[in-house]
Amino acid sequence: MKRLTFIVLASLCFATALLAQFAQPLEDPAIEARMKNLTRQLRCLVCQNETLADSQAPLAEDLRREIREQIKAGRTDQEIMAYATQRYGDFVLYNPPVKATTYLLWFGPFVLLLLGTAVLYRYLKRRRELIEVVPLTAEERRRAERLLNET
Amino acid sequence: MKRLVFIPLVIFFVMVAAFLVVLVRGRDPHEIPSPLVNKAAPSFQLPQLHDPTKTLSANDMRGKVWLLNFWGTWCIACREEHPMLVEYAKQNAIPIVGVDYKYSSDTSDERTAAISWLTEFGNPYAITVYDDEGRISIDYGVYGAPETFLIDKTGVIRFKQIGPVTPDVWTNKILPLAKELNR
Repeated sequence: MKRLTFIVLASLCFATALLAQFAQPLEDPAIEARMKNLTRQLRCLVCQNETLADSQAPLAEDLRREIREQIKAGRTDQEIMAYATQRYGDFVLYNPPVKATTYLLWFGPFVLLLLGTAVLYRYLKRRRELIEVVPLTAEERRRAERLLNET
Repeated sequence: MKRLVFIPLVIFFVMVAAFLVVLVRGRDPHEIPSPLVNKAAPSFQLPQLHDPTKTLSANDMRGKVWLLNFWGTWCIACREEHPMLVEYAKQNAIPIVGVDYKYSSDTSDERTAAISWLTEFGNPYAITVYDDEGRISIDYGVYGAPETFLIDKTGVIRFKQIGPVTPDVWTNKILPLAKELNR
């Protein structure tokens, strides 16, 4: 009986050893992590509201392969981002650079905020000016005092 | 003072009008201006579709004004464009080089499919090359086939068409520009 248990256990060990080779990750996790980090910052051009990391489009798949290969070849993150913008322009970047063509994009909201504040300020000022302060007459004052004293 | 009440309404209608104009007449948001226009065409050396032992490189086209058309048998808009290309090729105005490509996830036999496509629908290409893993198409920033590049004698990209080259684009953009570049 002991021998049988031993054989069973031993064969189980081999079984897991055999399975282990299939369970190995396909790619180096460090490379995958860098690839993920880069592709999260890039737009997929086929389905424009998805990142390159999430997209299932065949082009996105090939671009991930391309980036993986460049990481293996020792390229820096900056070089890989430049590789993407050289081909697809700043449009691929989810975080576009601040430059002459993107000033409106970056500063437009703040300009709108300033404009809105100015309009609101003027409006409130003019409204205050429109309210006439009329002093109470002697009769009104007496009535107010009577009402206040009632309680 | 009372008239001020209508200002937000007026602004609203102006915005609606502006959005409508852009929606109806504005450019397609899928058309991304290529950073490659007016830059040197990326170099390539690819095997020819019909004879893999022969290759064609971008340099081989030096001294000519030519069109580079990216297509594939898997691409529906390419099917739409194809008869138009056949018509343009008959005019003998500009040599068209075709790049038949596919994505690496596509395991079908694109080369065979492309050869029978050209026999069936006519061959508008001076030469067709085959980009098996889509690497050259990535170098050219192709994201929605068909895409067509007009390249000048010195190898600089002068114009890019995303989507089919319609008769309007052919007669009003490509032909006049090619004429000017050939001078």
